[in-house]
This record gives sequence, C-alpha cells and structure tokens, in this order.
Amino acid sequence: MSRLLMCPPDYFGIEYEINPWMRVSNQSNGDRARTQWKTLTQVLESEVGAKLEFMEPVPRLPDLVFTANAGVIHDGKAVPSQFRHPERQGEERYFIDWFTRKGYEVINLDPDIHFEGAGDLLGFPDFWIGGYRQRSDIRAYVQLSEIFQKEIMPVELVDQRFYHLDTCFCPLSGGELLYFPPCFDSYAQNVLATRIEQKKRFAVPSQEGERFACNAVCIERHVVLPTGCPETMAWLHKQGYTTHPVELDEFLKAGGSAKCLTLALD
Amino acid sequence: MIRQTITIQGHIIDSLILAKVLDAIVMLGGSFTLSEVTVGTRREDTSHATILIEAPTTELLQEILKTIQPHGAVVETEEDCTVEAAPADGILPEDFYATSHLSTQIRWQGSWIDVHQPEMDLAIRLKTSPLFAQMVSMGSVKKGDLIVTGRKGVRVFPLERPKERDAFGFMEAQVSSERPHHHIIADVAKRMKAIQQQRKEGKRPGKVLFAGGPAIIHAGGREALAWIIEAGYIHVLFCGNALAAHDMEASLYGTSLGYNLGIGRSVPHGHEHHLRTINRVRALGSIQRAIESGLIKEGIMAACVRQGVQMVLAGTIRDDGPLPDVITDSIQAQEAMRAAIPGVELALLVASTLHAVATGNLLPASAPTVCVDINPAVPTKLSDRGSFQAVGLVMDSSSFLWELARELGWRG
Repeated sequence: MSRLLMCPPDYFGIEYEINPWMRVSNQSNGDRARTQWKTLTQVLESEVGAKLEFMEPVPRLPDLVFTANAGVIHDGKAVPSQFRHPERQGEERYFIDWFTRKGYEVINLDPDIHFEGAGDLLGFPDFWIGGYRQRSDIRAYVQLSEIFQKEIMPVELVDQRFYHLDTCFCPLSGGELLYFPPCFDSYAQNVLATRIEQKKRFAVPSQEGERFACNAVCIERHVVLPTGCPETMAWLHKQGYTTHPVELDEFLKAGGSAKCLTLALD
Repeated sequence: MIRQTITIQGHIIDSLILAKVLDAIVMLGGSFTLSEVTVGTRREDTSHATILIEAPTTELLQEILKTIQPHGAVVETEEDCTVEAAPADGILPEDFYATSHLSTQIRWQGSWIDVHQPEMDLAIRLKTSPLFAQMVSMGSVKKGDLIVTGRKGVRVFPLERPKERDAFGFMEAQVSSERPHHHIIADVAKRMKAIQQQRKEGKRPGKVLFAGGPAIIHAGGREALAWIIEAGYIHVLFCGNALAAHDMEASLYGTSLGYNLGIGRSVPHGHEHHLRTINRVRALGSIQRAIESGLIKEGIMAACVRQGVQMVLAGTIRDDGPLPDVITDSIQAQEAMRAAIPGVELALLVASTLHAVATGNLLPASAPTVCVDINPAVPTKLSDRGSFQAVGLVMDSSSFLWELARELGWRG
C-alpha cells in the first residue's frame, strides 16, 4: 500500500509572493482550502487506497502544507530540502524532525546547495529526472545520484510559473508521462523525447497545463488530479487509468495542487 | 586568449547538459578543449568533464562563465603553484612535481607562465627574477633552486592536432609490420623538405634529429643515410660508439664488424677492423680530425662533419675504445642530448632501442617522431614509455633509409 505524507492546511494562506501565482491581494479562503484538502485526503484514502500520514501544522509556515517539498525519500533514506527562498527555509527543521522521528536515515546535501525535494525530483523505476534552474541547483543531483545510486537526468525549467518539476511533469506507474513541454528548454525536451517513446508521452494542452494537470498523484492505476483537465483525463482513460478530479483551486493560488500536497514515503 | 578551466560532473552526457554547456561557450564566442572526460560505466555512475575555455577578452570569458555556471560548471579554483628549495645539489624536494612532455604552465603571483623545454620525468625550476620556469633533470638541480611541488597551480595542455594532414596528424600509436610503409615515408620526406626549405629561406631554424644504431651500417643503409646527410636534411645526430666506429670501419676497410659490405661475408681478421679504426681515430684526437686529415673520406661521419651536423655520441658499458668524441658519463651525455633538442621539428629514431627510448624521453610531445625498427617491440616500448606521439614503422632500417633517400631525390 502506498503511503503519503500530508499536512493539514490550518495555517495555509498567501503571506508572501515567491512565485508568479502568489498574490497577497488574492488571498485564499481558509474554509474552502480546508474543505478541498479534506476532500483530497478522502479520495486518496477511500478511492485510491493510499495510507496517509500527517504532520503537525505550524503557525507562520503557510507552505508547510506542500509536503512534496519536504525532501526526497527512497530506500529508508531521507534527503531533506534546502529551500532557495528564506520564506520557506523555516520549514526545513520540521521536515527533518519528522523524518528523524520516523526512523529515516537523514542525509543532508552540502549546505550551499538548494534543493526542493520531490517537487523537483521525480522518477521512473530505472531513471530519475531532476528539475533545475528555478529552485533546485543542478549540483544537487550529483550528490543525490551518489546517495541513492540512481541515474538522475537534470532538466532545465524555463517558465517561472512552473518553478518546480512536479508542476509540469508527472511520471505514471505504467511508464507513461504527462508533461507540459514549453516549461522545458530544448535540450530537456530532446532528452524526454529520447527517453520516453512518443505513444507513452502526453503533452498536456496549455489550458490544462496552466491548471496544473501535471501536478497529479499517480498510485498504481489511479490518478488524482485537479479539476478542469478533460483532455488529460481522456488520455489517461485510454491508457487504462482511473481518474479522480479534485477541486483544489485554493491551493493553485499559491502555485500548488494535488501532487504538491503529498509526499510519497515509499 | 584568456583561458579558464572548468569542471562539470553528473549525468551530463545523456541529459545533454555537457552539450548545452559546450554550445553556450561557442555561441557566446569562446572556444573550448575537452581536456578530460570520464564517462560513468554503469547507468547510475556520474560522468566528469574538465573543459578548458578560451575567450578573446576577459569580459567575454566572464560572460561565458556566468552563463554556464547554473548548468553545473564549476570554475577550477586557481591557486599559485607551491615551490620549495632543493635541499642539496642533485636532490629534489620530496613532493616535487614530475613533468610530462606536454606543454605546461605554472601559476605564479596570479599569472600563468609557460614552462620551457617540455620533457617527461623532470622537475620544474622557477626563477623569480627575471621570471622564468624550466623543466630540469634531477641531477642538474642545485641546492636552493626553487622547485615546483604538489599539483596545484600547474596545468598541462593536451597536444593539438597538427594542421598538416599527414601520418603525424593521426598520432596512431598502433605498431604493426603489416601496415603499408610508403605513405609514412613519403610524409617524413615531405616534412624534411619543408624544414630544409624554411632553413634556406631563413624563416625558422627548425631541425631534423636522427638517432640511430649500428644496424644501419650492418644492414646496408650507410650509403643512403650518408647521402641524406650530405644533402642537408639532417641537423642533429644522436648515436653511440658503434654507429660511428662501424661507419668509419667501412670507410677504411670496406667492412662492418668484419663483414665485407660488398660481398656480404666475413673476411679474415675482420673482427679487428673496428678496433683498429677506433685506435687510429683516437690517435688523431677526434672524428673531425679523422675526416679533415683525410683518413676517413666518405660515409655518415664524413657527411656530418662536412655538413656541420651537431653530433652527440653517448657511450655504453659494452663500448670498445671508445672513440674520442664519445661522452662516457651517461648523465653528461643526457645533458648534451638535451641541449640539442630545442628546435627539433622532426625526429627519426632508427634501429636502436637504447637511443630511440633515450631520445623519446627527451623530446616534447609536440615534436613529430617516427621510430623505425625491424623489431616491433622497439616502437611499442617507446610508446609504452610515454612517447605517444611517435609513429611506429616496423621495417628494416636499410630499406627505410633507401626509400627515404629516394623520396628526397637520391638517384643512387
């Protein structure tokens, strides 16, 4: 059974602006956010069959809710994030505490390297892809590939709105890929085209890419994704996936959606 | 040109990160040399590249660095080299930098300076006033000389592929008796003609070095080599006692180690001929006197003296005599050979294991070199000992010299 880490949005809000989605003037609605988050947990637990674990929310850390950025976990090892923006650096110690309490071997990257966890590092079974330039440093992937003994292909993210890899790239359990090509430079687009055959790649249409269609959670043959992505859902159905659209607009105001709200623990 | 070395590591090949960095350097107007690339053997292994960037101005170099750093390029930290005083004559500091025969620079007080006379297996001596760095042998070091130690602040440049598209352009270290020789010999002749032409025009005092063994005389290559020298194609000769002794023996007795060169068999008391030759030359005091006095009228030595070829004769423990010109202290001989190396633009190492390897050790990698021997082990040994630039030719020395002389215009 897949296990995911989540954090209730008790203190979630738009308190600063560190990506183009965030506008302090466009405040999220706390009640709606809590309802949407609750719905997501219900879908994940009862429809998808995931086992959820929860962190304690912390006041004045509104983005702690985006647990995908806690770090990366694999084979009992946890590499915690080292955020680029000072606004999020306060989250690091809570994530590290949680990893330590749960018995993970915590391995830190060199302190001068920025790395934003599973937000920027996603994988297929035989190779991983690491987004860089916006938040994570490319140098992180040299250390991470040594720690996890994995091939990690760095790809440059070129659109500030898609600042983490998981906002424009979603590997699926059957080896397929949902992605939003304009977010990658031409070298990265070539690499993805070389590594993943065309029939297994779905370039999400702009309108759905901008609704964070790629910020989806895939567990076995289930895909949980934001609402408003009909073409992506139709393609997923053709590939034999069951889709679970969830309204997550309150989180999109902060530049996050389903995937950003979860961290895979296995 | 302003230069800067950078390194880049990670899964840089399949991810096209290396390609992106190299493209960026060129697109911005710089150029690069991939001085080292280590490719991971397993998928999870990372690769590593060291890139030397060149740009016409400091500003452009800074722009290139600024562009490629976010893609993982790390500027190699530049530090001055460290130097230590030699503790005694002939003794290097414990951690001395051992040289290669590639073009080398050291960094001193923030600037990179060339190290003169590249040669393998030496040390680097720095003189600070005036600033001058040179490769020096262990034996020639004097107490208190500043010697470069450790590895920091030293950089070595890979050999540039020569512009000429000839046998030396490919630098194939492969040695085989089953490869055609003709085109290599033709290329050697072409280079020799070009060097001679430049000398005649007073453009560059380039030199052709010939290092040879006595098999040249025994096998019948004497006449051809003497012609090549008389025609002015050779400017430096390295050999031992034997080549000179048997060459002059041939002049006096028509034999080489007692074998009549005309009829091809030994003659009575022929084994004494080279001893009697050496004795007569010793009595005259030098090879030059032997030629000038008219004792020796023709042959390789006569041609060298007449053409003013610089000769270094290095002795060995099996020498008879030796001839008066032979330097019997091998370190002194090495120094004399070393002094003749600057300006060598082509080296022919023919039919001598000892002299081929000794000369190979002294030559910079930039000197085109051809090693000719009937025994494939000789060019192989030369290349195994680091003279990777040497083109190996497995053939009889006499056949080589005859063909070379004909390529150069001999009608003999």
